[in-house]
Amino acid sequence: MRIGRLAWLFFKVGSLNELQYRANFFIQLLQSAVSVGVALVVLALVYAQTTELNGWSESELMIVLGIQILLGGVIRTTIQPNMQRLMEDVRDGKLDFALTKPEDSQVLVSIRNVQIWRAVDVIAGAAVLAYGIDGLDAGVGVGDVLLFLGLLLLGAVTIYCFWLVIATLAFWIVNVWEIIELFDGIYQAGRWPTSIFPGWLRFGVTFIFPLAFAITVPAEAITSRLEWSTVGIAVGFAVVLFAFTRWWWGFGLRRYSGASA
Amino acid sequence: MSAEVSTVEEGRFRSYLDYYLTRARTQIQSNFQYRVATYMWLVGMLAEPIVYLVVWTTIADQQGGSVQGITTGEFAAYYIVWTLVRNMNIVFTPYGWEWRIREGELSAALLRPLHPIHDDIAGFAGWKVVTIILWLPIAAVLWIAFDPSIDLRAAEIAAFCVAIWGAYLIRTMFLTSLGMVTFWTTRVSALFELAVGLELLLSGRLVPLPLMPAWAEDVANVLPFKWSFYFPIQTLVGDLSNRELLEGLGIQLLWIVALTGLFLVVWRFAIRRYSAVGN
Repeated sequence: MRIGRLAWLFFKVGSLNELQYRANFFIQLLQSAVSVGVALVVLALVYAQTTELNGWSESELMIVLGIQILLGGVIRTTIQPNMQRLMEDVRDGKLDFALTKPEDSQVLVSIRNVQIWRAVDVIAGAAVLAYGIDGLDAGVGVGDVLLFLGLLLLGAVTIYCFWLVIATLAFWIVNVWEIIELFDGIYQAGRWPTSIFPGWLRFGVTFIFPLAFAITVPAEAITSRLEWSTVGIAVGFAVVLFAFTRWWWGFGLRRYSGASA
Repeated sequence: MSAEVSTVEEGRFRSYLDYYLTRARTQIQSNFQYRVATYMWLVGMLAEPIVYLVVWTTIADQQGGSVQGITTGEFAAYYIVWTLVRNMNIVFTPYGWEWRIREGELSAALLRPLHPIHDDIAGFAGWKVVTIILWLPIAAVLWIAFDPSIDLRAAEIAAFCVAIWGAYLIRTMFLTSLGMVTFWTTRVSALFELAVGLELLLSGRLVPLPLMPAWAEDVANVLPFKWSFYFPIQTLVGDLSNRELLEGLGIQLLWIVALTGLFLVVWRFAIRRYSAVGN
């Protein structure tokens, strides 16, 4: 409860700060429009050659794309700015300012920053998702939608854990700037159902970089191809990863010496 | 008299060459220190071509081995060479100019007795040398993993070695010209995003151009993007005749001259507007 109130407070202050720079909204709008447009052109080019990609129709792939853009918006609005600041703070020795506050350090470093204009992608992704659902032959049941929302939330948690595990590496490796490039690069692979990848790559985008649980599994829910065993694995994986992240954060923190503050 | 002029010209040329070689060499030494960072960066960029490769291979397999006459092996060759050409296309961006002007960094560069563009070209060229060397093992791994089919001739390899540097210069001059806009607006991102969107579609970065509609291919022919991306890849993986190779390199040269001319003209107006902010 207290964590929720604190997160809301940080969110409000951060948003108010960002709302001063309204020109950024239009730039973000343009950026999102270009990237969504390019992604749709790629889909159109693919489906100009075939009617289905590994069993996925064009509307179904649009759903995958919509979820990828939407979740990408959530990541860049809330998760990525925090992880970026964490890595910078470790390098500059400024993490002391968070550690000396009377609140759990993992909670604090995860909610301090927000880039509100990036949320444009959440809306853009939702629009693509809605358009994809509209094009489905079969209808979508209430049960499917609830399961989808639950799995999407679980996916966001999984990605958050993954990012924090990576960001915590900053305690050992000082120069981690390329990690953001690495994350953004591989995240693009989430636009396609992970089943199209050959074995070793599929393992990679499922268990090492959990794109399958974050994007493909929710998409399977809404296109009614989900098996309950997959839900079980997704929940189990998220729980284990969350516990590991908690331990890993504490482990990394012990190495922090606040050298230059 | 004429002999004197030619020795002056010769001396000038030699000192330029000397500057370029020295600048590139120091950049190579500096970049070789950060091998791990460079590798992370290279691996992050691999995701994009591998995903395209997997998608098109899946479609080709569904349709009996090829899409529009391009076989799975040819797709593999295309996207493996893609990774190097993509790296050659990374140059000083308009965001860099934005930063240079906003922070007043340009003031120091202007005090030197040499146009600042030389420093950009030589420095990034040095970095490219490091990238090419570090790329070779990655290419070997991709080669084993994806089994490309490629048929090499000596003339193609020679043309490729020239074409990747042509690509580098075209993209440098294109983005530098675009960067000049920052002298007027100090915010260039909107224009830059649009240009990059157009470039993504018409350069061959998303898909080999024959997979685009015919009209899009026609448009691509008269824009610079194809000549800094699709053409260099084609020199190696396509079946171009010697004549086509030479023509392509000629068009690259035309674009380099045209964009450099554009840059020099805009620069004269732009630099008058410069007032050092900060610093």
